[in-house]
Amino acid sequence: MMVDIQKIEQLATNRAAEEEVQGRSLFADARRRFLKNKAALISLILLFGVLLFSTFGHLIAPWSNEEIDWGILGRVAELGAPGIENGHYFGADQMGRDLFARVVQGTQISLMVGIVGALIAVLVGTLYGAIAGYAGGKLDNIMMRIVDILQSIPYMFVLILLLVVFGRSIFMLFVGIGLISWLDMSRIARGQTLSLKNKEFVEAAVATGVKPITIVLRHIVPNLLGIVVVYSTLLVPQMILTESFISFLGLGVQEPYTSWGALISEGAGTMQYGTLWQLAFPMFFFIITLFSFFFIGDGLRDALDPKDR
Amino acid sequence: MLSYILRRVAIAVPTLLLLVVISFLLMHAAPGGPFTSERPLPPAVLANIEAKYGLNNPIYVQIINYIGGIITHFDFGPSFKYKDQSVNDIIAHGFPVTLTYGFLSFLVAVIVGGALGIAAALKQNSWLDYFAVGVSIGAQVLPNFVMAPILVLVFTLWLGWLPGGGWNGGQWNYLILPIIALSTSYMASVARLTRSSMLEVLHTNFIRTAMAKGLPYRVIIFKHALKPALLPIMSYLGPAFVSMITGSVIIDLYFSTGGIGQFYVNSALNRDYAVMMGITILIGGLTILFNLIVDVLYAWIDPKIRY
Repeated sequence: MMVDIQKIEQLATNRAAEEEVQGRSLFADARRRFLKNKAALISLILLFGVLLFSTFGHLIAPWSNEEIDWGILGRVAELGAPGIENGHYFGADQMGRDLFARVVQGTQISLMVGIVGALIAVLVGTLYGAIAGYAGGKLDNIMMRIVDILQSIPYMFVLILLLVVFGRSIFMLFVGIGLISWLDMSRIARGQTLSLKNKEFVEAAVATGVKPITIVLRHIVPNLLGIVVVYSTLLVPQMILTESFISFLGLGVQEPYTSWGALISEGAGTMQYGTLWQLAFPMFFFIITLFSFFFIGDGLRDALDPKDR
Repeated sequence: MLSYILRRVAIAVPTLLLLVVISFLLMHAAPGGPFTSERPLPPAVLANIEAKYGLNNPIYVQIINYIGGIITHFDFGPSFKYKDQSVNDIIAHGFPVTLTYGFLSFLVAVIVGGALGIAAALKQNSWLDYFAVGVSIGAQVLPNFVMAPILVLVFTLWLGWLPGGGWNGGQWNYLILPIIALSTSYMASVARLTRSSMLEVLHTNFIRTAMAKGLPYRVIIFKHALKPALLPIMSYLGPAFVSMITGSVIIDLYFSTGGIGQFYVNSALNRDYAVMMGITILIGGLTILFNLIVDVLYAWIDPKIRY
């Protein structure tokens, strides 16, 4: 899985080369182009649906995610099929727990991991990249070498090491994912900063004696936001993938909590017993959400790129 | 060129050292030593065991000894859980398996993906093109842990054509499903990259000149367009290799191939830190080495890059 960094960087240069004078505002224009993009629009609606499902799903579920339906235990393949009358809308899992409630709960965790990971990337990566780019020279060199080194470490293995050593918890998962998510973002932010720092408004700020850190925070960072937003939409699915990967191995979230990766793993383990719904429902939500994020990211990128107007 | 290689090596070595130190410190920070068990050992026995494994030395001595062991005779130390096995045994046992299907998957991803991408670019907007684009978008959301269950469901449970797990000495029918599961998403990425870079090259002036000269289509494609079009693929190979190695953990676990990933996950669940660390460092070293090779090759092939 990869995000097209080249394209993002191209967008960065295109945005930097953009003329100062423009008729319509950039965002009005971008919105118009985004709404014309059918795939992105449908994805947005689907994603909204998934979000609603994860927030309000537990309200319509007759079972909680921990309750065991003793009546069907042991005969899940015949009695635990998805249906309205038995109260298991998505069926039941091998242990007699309601799959609907579990999928709702897993969706919450997976989305949360994705969003928190992306948020950390936005906060740390943007600042780091902006500071490195603005400072330039030796500091820039050192800071970017650090990113280079961190990037060439097989992070999945370090992440697993981290989870094993400090105990498997959702908090540790956030920390581990946060540690690696900001690297690409810092590169993109730095590249954009390099082209911004020679602009007149920065020069004016320097001339009036504004402190460098204030210039970065007040003048550079706000101008990075467009790219940061696009890239973070593409980061969310990557974070979700990372978390699902680890949970699939059984090293991520712990019972009674679950996530898409853990649910898919359970479903994959029991499919020979005829309980296919255990695989189908989590996978459906996983795929739908990933698709949506990718299309929205693509749509935003195309919409915000001033080159193809 | 030589100075570039030297500079790249100069970055690679501290990276590897950093990885060793990080994993060593993490292991050291873990609550409970490797010999903590339900029934507490007498302090004298514990001290003896720790002395045997060198755990009573200060941590920097331990790190230096560990690194020294790896450098001088490629020794990753003993497993703390299985007394009769060293980390080397485990690696020697699992690594050939992982390498076999990992390498084959890599080849499949590059060759099939590259061919698909080139074909799609040459026949832009044909059904072939739409097929290639569709596949590469679809495969983006089908990582190996989603592909593997689907493949087993279809080819093992429903059709009964292929075995759903095991290794059997690397017999071909045991290899097919792991390879497909591992290579699909990378194949898609390679196809997408190749298609877009091939399209870009086909619209350059020198191709138009070649067309105008009346060169045969075959010559234009294979002699002029292919090489510049494949350059971006080169830079993708490094990251692809890394994530394929990572992905092999899933494949090992799901298909029970007996590869290195299975040992890794088992040792993670058993808190066998020595094995985890050995595998992490081995894979880290491979990753860094492969990135180095790709970077050097890239600089060698692409004359535009000057260092």
